[in-house]
Amino acid sequence: MTFELPDFSLAAAELWLLTLGCALLMLAVFVSAQRHTLLYGLSQFTLAGALGWVWWSAPESRSLTFNHHYVADDLATLLKSAVLLLTAVSLIYTRSYLERRPHLPRAEFYVLILFAVLGMFIMISAHSLLTLYLGLELLALCLYALVALNREHPPALEAAMKFFVLGALASGLLLYGMSIVYGLTGTLELHTLAAHLSDPASLPDPGSLTHLAWGFALTFLLVGLAFKLGAVPFHAWVPDVYEGAMTPVTLFIGSVSKLAALALVLRLLIEGLGALAVDWQGMLMILAVLSLTLGNLAAIAQHNLKRMLAYSTIAHIGFVTLALFAATPAGYHAALFYILVYALTAAGAFGVLLALSGEHEAQTLDDLQGLNHHHPWLAFLMLVLMASMAGLPPLLGFYAKLIVLQALLDQGHLALALYAVIFSVIGAFYYLRVIKRMYFDTPTHAATPRPARDLTLALSLNGLLLIALGLLPGLLLALTHAVF
Amino acid sequence: MITLSHYLVLGAVVFCLGVAGLFINRKNLIIVLMCLELMLLAVNINFIAFAYFLQDLAGQVFVFFILTVAAAEAAIGLAILVMLFKVRGTISVGELNEMKG
Repeated sequence: MTFELPDFSLAAAELWLLTLGCALLMLAVFVSAQRHTLLYGLSQFTLAGALGWVWWSAPESRSLTFNHHYVADDLATLLKSAVLLLTAVSLIYTRSYLERRPHLPRAEFYVLILFAVLGMFIMISAHSLLTLYLGLELLALCLYALVALNREHPPALEAAMKFFVLGALASGLLLYGMSIVYGLTGTLELHTLAAHLSDPASLPDPGSLTHLAWGFALTFLLVGLAFKLGAVPFHAWVPDVYEGAMTPVTLFIGSVSKLAALALVLRLLIEGLGALAVDWQGMLMILAVLSLTLGNLAAIAQHNLKRMLAYSTIAHIGFVTLALFAATPAGYHAALFYILVYALTAAGAFGVLLALSGEHEAQTLDDLQGLNHHHPWLAFLMLVLMASMAGLPPLLGFYAKLIVLQALLDQGHLALALYAVIFSVIGAFYYLRVIKRMYFDTPTHAATPRPARDLTLALSLNGLLLIALGLLPGLLLALTHAVF
Repeated sequence: MITLSHYLVLGAVVFCLGVAGLFINRKNLIIVLMCLELMLLAVNINFIAFAYFLQDLAGQVFVFFILTVAAAEAAIGLAILVMLFKVRGTISVGELNEMKG
């Protein structure tokens, strides 16, 4: 047995995040929580440094290290950069919110965010069932704690408990599926797994016991993944967590963590079990159809904007699973593009809510009523964000939906594409209702104070990016095309 | 002679007990935590049985990681539970119903 020294430079960003995360944790013990600017600055510095490491360590071609447990490729570089940029933006949105609420534990917030980012990095770069699981758990444990951070707020604790129980259940199911996969193939590494399955002799014959075991394993894996993605019928935690958690945490869960969830699916289902696509396609289709239906219909009934966005997330996840269902490179590319666009849009939407949160936490439709009177620019940005989510051209959300439908039509799934279009139209109703409330109703509340300048700047960039990339989608498409 | 399938059946039974306990129990959140632990232990039985019969160490290594993560998970679960009890004065599953819709 030989011991091969792993190539640590490929994982430089992870090591940097781990070191600085621990340093921040240590610092938090000695520095008063009042020195918010220091903590904030250090977190942003860590994220910026990690971005530098990600780009510096990006290999020319796909490389494996840590005994094939870790992979560095274009997908990883793209997703990690997106995670870092979106996290940095969410911290900008969050700064003034935390400053107004001195009772919240700030240092813990930043430390947990950094470790959650580390968990996502490990998930994105995972190349074995073991690293996938460890990254997933690191992310999930940080998210449970983040949701429960607002300790005096009973709904936050209730949401944290539900999130914890359902998340742990999902991990258990996923692990059970992994244990069966391990038993069937005798390996944990994804490429050995894929090689094992690509050999036609080892593909299970229909009706045999092995085939049954594979079906069993796939069901467990998919139920676990559906829980993590928040697809119907395993979505129960999503609305409660979005509503109960404080808005910065909802922003983080709603936008950044979805990127990692997609990475999990891409690594496990496509990279590892791609040869069994015929077997998991049907399950994905059911998840997608149910998510589109329930997400869009339930969102109409919501008065709380965070809850509405939760159901809208479920509907968008339906679109992503639909793209994955196509099981072609074009479909995977569409899913990646869609999730990037969705994360950008969701970050902006929660950012607007944070910009409107003074002492009172803005979260209902009433809080947005007549926004155009008080903050016309914020109202315009929200208009862009909502229109992009609804998929109106020429915004970026339109292209995201378009290429998903294209991928479906290329495979001849006309009925599914039509179904998705119909439910997008139904979904447009609740996005347009937000716009109507902002522009055509008279305000009932006094104006909230002007948001901080950096927040407005970041939010404007976020909104204008959706317009600019909507007009020139080729820029983002070129980035995502390089991956598949 | 104890074969692989004996272990697998044991694992499946323990796992089902865990899942069933999670859904049947309406009274006590601590039992929920115990059921979650039971599910992870069932997975461990599976991994060790496979690792032994495949003569492969990776499965046993995985078990160590699962045990560690399960401990961390239990710690966070109990911490949330304590906070919840402080605020609400109850740990009943049925009373976790403030948010709906």
